[in-house]
Amino acid sequence: MSNDATGTAARPEWPLYEVFVRGKRGLNHVHVGSLHAPDDTMALHNARNLYTRRNEGVSIWVVPAEHITASSPDEKDPFFAPSGDKVYRHPTFYPIPEDVPHI
Amino acid sequence: MSGDTIFTALTEEHGGDARWAFGTGFTDALAGVDTTLPAGVDGDDLALYCQMLGDDALVQAQRLIDWVTDAPELEEEVALANIALDLLGQARLLLARAGQADGTGRDEDAFAYRRGPSEFRNVHLAEAPRGDFARAVVTLLVLSSSRLALFTRLTDSKDPVLAAIAAKAVNELAYHREYAVSWALRLGDGTAYSHERMAEAVAAVWPLTGELFATHPVEARLADQGAGVDPATVRDEVHAVLTQVLVRATLGAPGPFPPGAIAGRDGRHTDRLAPLLDELQKVAREHPEATW
Repeated sequence: MSNDATGTAARPEWPLYEVFVRGKRGLNHVHVGSLHAPDDTMALHNARNLYTRRNEGVSIWVVPAEHITASSPDEKDPFFAPSGDKVYRHPTFYPIPEDVPHI
Repeated sequence: MSGDTIFTALTEEHGGDARWAFGTGFTDALAGVDTTLPAGVDGDDLALYCQMLGDDALVQAQRLIDWVTDAPELEEEVALANIALDLLGQARLLLARAGQADGTGRDEDAFAYRRGPSEFRNVHLAEAPRGDFARAVVTLLVLSSSRLALFTRLTDSKDPVLAAIAAKAVNELAYHREYAVSWALRLGDGTAYSHERMAEAVAAVWPLTGELFATHPVEARLADQGAGVDPATVRDEVHAVLTQVLVRATLGAPGPFPPGAIAGRDGRHTDRLAPLLDELQKVAREHPEATW
């Protein structure tokens, strides 16, 4: 795709999209990579061309990268460390009484 | 598990097939299809017909490969390469069927690499110059629309192999057309410049469309026998589809298809085919005994 007729400077890049694919036997979409596309529909086409060549998926989600809010690596400790010593949050922490085998 | 490495062990587990790493769950479009020639269908005619449809795909695929390393964007390059590979797959199946039908037992490589330009049966639009991206979009739009219309009807062919190939191809062609339509709409109804380039592309491609719907005697005979499809019968449907797309793309309703004359189907080609075939066949011809 070339410059438009007014000869303005280098065209802006196509927006970046993140791609999520759910496989045939999967229950959830998994992030597989990213691509550029002019709009949402073409992003879906491009994802189909780039990320489902090997029979990987039955469902594709594409999201403009700018719409993803991600946790910052700097905040890793306050965000994630507190759950490290709270073992009572796991179901297997609790002993099952003998007379309720199927709880 | 026996085997000295995990790889040899896994290969043994898969009965000696070393391609286990390439994934599972693949289907073979021609599995279980009866390959005997159906009664009432002439073998030589069927072989020529398979070459017509197969060469359309093979030559179109070879032209699309021109875009690899030269496409406007990386994503478009992979898209065009995928489309070329789909068409190549169709060509392989069709040319293999041609070798079965005419009784020579020639395989797909013999047809692809050993025939000269006068033996190829593709239409001129397939061998026409690649042009710019707009031209590629319009060419793909026209060829995929007409091929999809043909193959949709071909799924009812009396020849079970042709029917099976058509059934597989229909999904691929539906996607090719959707891709071409998406770009036609965006470029036609885009900037003034993209619109101008699209209009030029339509003007360059339209004169070559008539040939697509001209009926060759072989096509007529096979259509009568229920094994083939007369291309004239899809002309109106294809014109309606293209009109719808071009109008939505603000390029205006096209005129009727120009009158078509048989040319490529009889082996009469433009001077563009010989260099294309030369590139396609060069290595195979220089090393006829090579395998890989």
